[in-house]
Amino acid sequence: MAKHHITTTINGEEAEYLCEPQETLLDVLRDEVGLTGTKEGCSSGDCGACSVMLDGRLVCSCLVLGVEAQGKTVETIEGMADGEVLHPLQQKFLEEAALQCGYCTPGVLIAAKALLDINNDPTETEVRYWLAGNLCRCTGYDKIIRAVMDTAADMRGA
Amino acid sequence: MNEQPKKFKWVGTRTIRPDGVDKVTGRAMYGADLTLPGMLQGKVVRSPHAHAKIKSIDTSKAEALDGVKAVITADDMPQADPTPVAAGEAMINLRDLSDNVIARHKVLYEGQTVAAVAATTSDIADRAVALIEVEYEVLPHVIDVLAAMKDDAPVLHDDMFTGGVKPKPEVASNVANRVEFTLGDIEAGFAAADVVIEQDFTTEPVHQGYIEPHAVVADANPDGKVDIWCSSQGHFMVRTFVAGLLKIDMSKIKVTAAEIGGGFGGKTTVYLEPLAVLLSSKSGRPVRMVMSREEVFRASGPTSGAAMTIKMGATKDGKIVACDATLYMQAGAWPGSPVGPAAMTAFAPYDVDNVKVVGFDVVSNRQKVVAYRAPGAPISEYGVECVVDELASELGIDPLELRAKNAAKEGTQAAYGVKFGAIGMVETVAAAQATEHYKTPLGPNQGRGVASGFWFNIGGESCAGIRINEDGSVSLTEGSPDIGGSRASMAMMAAETLGVDYYKVKPSVVDTDATGYHFVTGGSRVTFATGMAVVKATNAAIDELRARAAKIWDVDVEGVVWEDGHAKPASSNVGDFDPMSVADLAAMANKTGGPISGHADINAKGAGPAFGTHICDVEVDPDTGHVTVLRYTAVQDVGRAIHPSYVEGQLQGGAAQGIGWALNEEYIYDENGKLENAGFLDYRVPVASDLPMIDTILIEIPNPTHPFGVRGVGEVPIIPPLAAVANAVAAATGVRFHALPMSPPAIVAKMAEKG
Repeated sequence: MAKHHITTTINGEEAEYLCEPQETLLDVLRDEVGLTGTKEGCSSGDCGACSVMLDGRLVCSCLVLGVEAQGKTVETIEGMADGEVLHPLQQKFLEEAALQCGYCTPGVLIAAKALLDINNDPTETEVRYWLAGNLCRCTGYDKIIRAVMDTAADMRGA
Repeated sequence: MNEQPKKFKWVGTRTIRPDGVDKVTGRAMYGADLTLPGMLQGKVVRSPHAHAKIKSIDTSKAEALDGVKAVITADDMPQADPTPVAAGEAMINLRDLSDNVIARHKVLYEGQTVAAVAATTSDIADRAVALIEVEYEVLPHVIDVLAAMKDDAPVLHDDMFTGGVKPKPEVASNVANRVEFTLGDIEAGFAAADVVIEQDFTTEPVHQGYIEPHAVVADANPDGKVDIWCSSQGHFMVRTFVAGLLKIDMSKIKVTAAEIGGGFGGKTTVYLEPLAVLLSSKSGRPVRMVMSREEVFRASGPTSGAAMTIKMGATKDGKIVACDATLYMQAGAWPGSPVGPAAMTAFAPYDVDNVKVVGFDVVSNRQKVVAYRAPGAPISEYGVECVVDELASELGIDPLELRAKNAAKEGTQAAYGVKFGAIGMVETVAAAQATEHYKTPLGPNQGRGVASGFWFNIGGESCAGIRINEDGSVSLTEGSPDIGGSRASMAMMAAETLGVDYYKVKPSVVDTDATGYHFVTGGSRVTFATGMAVVKATNAAIDELRARAAKIWDVDVEGVVWEDGHAKPASSNVGDFDPMSVADLAAMANKTGGPISGHADINAKGAGPAFGTHICDVEVDPDTGHVTVLRYTAVQDVGRAIHPSYVEGQLQGGAAQGIGWALNEEYIYDENGKLENAGFLDYRVPVASDLPMIDTILIEIPNPTHPFGVRGVGEVPIIPPLAAVANAVAAATGVRFHALPMSPPAIVAKMAEKG
């Protein structure tokens, strides 16, 4: 089967890869590009562990084909920090212990950042519904929700 | 026995975890994240039938496919002996484990492995799986626990005769074992009771639901050495099982613990690891295997579903005088349900003179159950805590007051054999009674429920090494996979003991070649047992540091004390020396005897039993049957919270899992014994919008056997929610539910029955 040559932008840098037509963006990121921070939890769009931004839109990368990234921009967890400086959400998650096993964390952070980018003063209910597509089995969500709201408060104050 | 509480510098603070930055930046390497040069992708052929004989397997077409490098069946596995091996808190025999890893003659559940392939790409491996032809003779199957116990039920194992009964039964059955715990005389107890409540309950099997599917990379060398990288709750467990199943010397197997994306007991056994080793061995190349979510649901976990009868009697002033329970628990296809711990824990929160618990371990055509957070206890204590609630309402006593009156305390004899030492059951109930939550009025269709829970906690084997580096920084090695922040707790205990900055201590979970045997990360044991090893190793390093100072000062080692991270003269009689820091002594180590370290290899005893009490408010929509959890408080005796945030996180996460168990989660089978909801869409774990904040109250009654007073905290919090939610739903609706889950259709049906 002929592979497709895809040119795209990943975390602000030009990138290219070869992929099979049926390969998902998740598989491509992990297996072809080598960015394994994006996690597979279900491959059916139910758990959110593979959340990435595609042209500024929050998607489950398991529900997007690798070829669909042609000419678009992809943002993954590996691009969230600015060099050595963590994004405020990453920092807050550490300070408030908003992760236990850490497996859902990349997807949760990507989704939470997508929320704060459009709403810097979300209510608890808004955060809970926004993150309803990101399963976490460890934390009971309490510290995740608090960390997102506290980050928003800090960012508003900054 | 207890020292006066000391003011700690690190213990009890909220440090940043050492593995934190890796985990928020995507750097942390989990099971599926390793790629080796030339690595193949392995996939599994699974049984489509719940119960069938394997008549033949034809792998020729798959082997002929371009890109396929190895195909294996049970013929590639050595015959295993039925030797019991520890699996989590239960025992399993290697023959059963081998059959679960790859079926030999018969398949006993839908999803059981019958063959596996390794190919150059996932796509080719999938096509090879489809080309393997298995001929089955389908047999009658049985799914339900009570149905499996009937005389005419299909028998899964014709060589299984119920254990624990005398005389040995003459016919084989699906009842693997009978257990019993008794204390006092329940007939006399019930005769003295003014009120007796007896109820039947059922619970459905629930999956641990870790978000990371099982994953492994295996690399078998031609010289017989095997490297395994995998996500598990114990890389030593993986070594034990792979060595036992494949008959390889343990010294030839090196297992590295990848970061683990949740386990909750579900990763205390092997599924893929032996297959990956065999495929690697056969192909001569590294092999990666990763389960799909569907495979996780069909072929791993869950914990038992159960049927039970709970009977309790009390006098009219509220003293519980007799308790009786009969538990029937699904083991899955082979023996090994957690009926033992379910029976042990059932009535343990209470000080009662007359107790009898009988339990049955029952096989049926479902996947083999594996440990799930306090295995068995949520099931039996669910029934018990619902009956306690009914007793309270019958007696007209507040349900927390009834628990306070009967709470187990120091000196209480538990039916399972122990006499409790310092425990905190009374304190958790008192703290729950004192909450503002418990006093807040409720609105229409709302109800409040409470429940308590008990788990014994375990110790077991752990090792630790402390190395003082040349610059005075500290490297800490241990071998308990870090599932929720334990590296932080280990480093905090080492820093506290040594008197150095926590951020100067770097903890590592090292491979099986680099430390001694560790029992699994399970049983709420790591902060207790591995923590105990860390403190002991640190103290050994301190002794060495004191000896080095004594040498430098030319005094007896008894003349040197260790305080605040410094060697100091014990008194002015010893001499007038400036204190020497860890860094000072480390800088001179090469002149005073070489590298400085401390080690401890222990089998920790004296795990402190733990108790919790939860309060839950719900609102029930009478039209749809939907239950909203409005407010939740979890109180627990945690001994000592080394890192309070991660302790709170255990309480919150356990409560959320228990709420899911109570309200939504269940396995649904069709008439052919096939699982119908093998995915997160239809097997619905709680999502963020399903839950409120979960308030926590940490009670600290130090465990006297641990240097910092730690008792395990991870398992207790999943126990009370089942009954707390059920009691709240009963309070909201005026109807008692005796079956989980209380899903919307179940609630609507029961409400309609009530009229």
